[in-house]
Amino acid sequence: MEKRVTFGGGVLPYLLVLPQMIITAVFFLWPASQAVYQSVQLPDPFGLSTTFVWLDNFKFLLSDRYYLESFQTTAVFSVAVTVLSMGLALLFAVMADGVIRGASTHKTLLIWPYAVAPAIAGVVWLFLFNPSIGVVAFYLKYAGYHWNHVLNANEAMLLVVVAAAWKQISYNFLFFLAGLQAIPRSLIEAAAIDGAGGWHRFRTITFPLLSPTTFFLLVVNIVYAFFDTFGIIHTVTAGGPERATMILVYKVYADGFVGQDLGSSAAQSVILMVIVAALTVVQFRFIERRVHY
Amino acid sequence: MLIKRKLVVFAAAVLLAGPLMVSMAEAKTQIQWWHAFTGRLGDLLAQQVADYNASQSEYEVVAVNKGNYSETLNAGIAAFRAKQHPHILQVFEVGTATMMSAKGAIKPVYEVMAASGKPFDPSGYLAAVAGYYTTTDGKMLSLPYNSSTPVLYINKDALKSAGLDANSRPKTWAQVEKILKALKASGHACPLTTAWQSWIHLENFSAYHNAPFASKANGFAGTDTELTFNGPLQVKHIDTLGQWAKDGLFIYSGRRNEGGARFRSGECALFTESSAGYAGVKKEAKFSFAIVNLPYWESAGAPQNTIIGGASLWVMAGKDNAEYKAVADFMNFLSSPKIQARWHQDTGYMPITMAAYEHTKKQGFYDQNPGTDIAIIQMTAKAPTDNSKGLRLGSFDQIRGIIDEELEGVWAGNKSAKVALDSAVERGNKLLRRFEQATR
Repeated sequence: MEKRVTFGGGVLPYLLVLPQMIITAVFFLWPASQAVYQSVQLPDPFGLSTTFVWLDNFKFLLSDRYYLESFQTTAVFSVAVTVLSMGLALLFAVMADGVIRGASTHKTLLIWPYAVAPAIAGVVWLFLFNPSIGVVAFYLKYAGYHWNHVLNANEAMLLVVVAAAWKQISYNFLFFLAGLQAIPRSLIEAAAIDGAGGWHRFRTITFPLLSPTTFFLLVVNIVYAFFDTFGIIHTVTAGGPERATMILVYKVYADGFVGQDLGSSAAQSVILMVIVAALTVVQFRFIERRVHY
Repeated sequence: MLIKRKLVVFAAAVLLAGPLMVSMAEAKTQIQWWHAFTGRLGDLLAQQVADYNASQSEYEVVAVNKGNYSETLNAGIAAFRAKQHPHILQVFEVGTATMMSAKGAIKPVYEVMAASGKPFDPSGYLAAVAGYYTTTDGKMLSLPYNSSTPVLYINKDALKSAGLDANSRPKTWAQVEKILKALKASGHACPLTTAWQSWIHLENFSAYHNAPFASKANGFAGTDTELTFNGPLQVKHIDTLGQWAKDGLFIYSGRRNEGGARFRSGECALFTESSAGYAGVKKEAKFSFAIVNLPYWESAGAPQNTIIGGASLWVMAGKDNAEYKAVADFMNFLSSPKIQARWHQDTGYMPITMAAYEHTKKQGFYDQNPGTDIAIIQMTAKAPTDNSKGLRLGSFDQIRGIIDEELEGVWAGNKSAKVALDSAVERGNKLLRRFEQATR
């Protein structure tokens, strides 16, 4: 018979998980259930009268061509932010890992942008690229390119992607660097002795061994791009021009807090919740299989 | 919770101490005013409150800033739901229909005034201003506070350097076009820009040309209103602006007043903006400038009168009578000619009463600051029609967002004016139906 180590039951284990359960209940389960409850109602702004409308809010949304466009915008935005911020962070981490002199200065500087709030990051990039007073826009004009993200949809998307990615690079950098430092030197040295070049070593040894970190960051970055980039969108483009940068989470805000349409806003939150849950499940089921721990 | 506990303690103290506490029981009635002003406007507002509090000893007004217009309205709504709302809430003009439909949440100003027993004469207010916040049968629902109307700002130096007459005063868009072309020909990079495109080039444009923006007297006569701003006149105007954008005569700066910085720095020569932009232009512009009437197209109805933007003060429901008395007293103070005249002169907002206008005129303010009375004349030149009283549309902040999106499509050359306006009308009508359903 197999021998198992067991702990005595009783109240203590429950007591120990209780704080976490309370936090989850108060900050997730309760608000989420409220959102579901509100999503089947059509309240007036002041909550004076509320009509139960079944799934009308969802029907209203899904018949709205512009809402469906927002999905596409969000997909483009999230993929671009994730790829750009993780790609650059990995590059910087690999390079910083090799630096010997002034290593801590390099690292500190690379981690700095993480301390910047998304809204502030948005304003910083907005000032750089403001079509009439921005420094970068000025030099672009000098070089013969007329930058105008106020009216050019692609430029607007590029700007919010860059701003959002820039802010997240630090976070990714930190994790990649830690991941790199956890890889035993002996493995890489052995490969080098066997004659593997730098790129070959990275591709066949370093990158696969980094996969748990990469996977973790992938999940975190997608959630970041979906939700935390609100401040950047709000300060840089407010969803414009036309609807070029109207990502789902910004539309939740615009409909709920500008339009006072809480029913539609709640329905959108529910849809968003389902999407993120589905994405996370997909990631864990299909991508995690390829991860070597 | 804390407030409740304090009240209990206070009540207990009063009961125990009895007659000794008479002076405490006579404490000032305090009223809360939530507003959306920061910076210089916030300072001027704070000054009004300080002056009021010093002018009498019965009441005390406490003014609290709650962010921008949208945030202030949201704060008021959230507070109402939590039964912690202020007495007075400053709401921007596009929130008017939302507030009106919230019958249990507001107490109309005319009722507050009637109950207070203080003299109140609605006819003393500028009809063009107060009309926006008055029912079709003449009852004032909220007190106009800061109101402005769009005008055209001209950089005279830019005109001069383009070889034009610096004192030309274009009346129509056709005349403006000639100026824009001359500016462009002389190498000017930004002949014309605008602030608040929907407010100026569709809402005010429609009123100014006596064309309906929406059915049912622009929504005044009921929430079953439909948008109608895709008429031939509006399409012609947006189409022309679109052509100007293509030719580099009109430069789009953004949805709000981003164009202001470009005009004040001298980058843009002509600028359509609120009359309340005057203070900023006067302070920053290093060139001589003129303010003229908003241009119009020669047509049957034009020029009618323009409409206002800005905000008004709503009194919220659920307070006791003594507090409403204080509110009425404060509103009388705000409407008094001296306070109004000073507010008008300091900010560029319109005076809300005829008396304040006359007072300012008597002081010689308009002679010393040419162009500051243009807005008032433009608004009051003709008696307002059903198309030019104002707008009362639900979800209007959101509809403005839709209009902004569609217009950007025109400026970028992706859409024709007709297609964009048709689309804006169709999308906006869906929101109006939702609003109608939610507030039924």
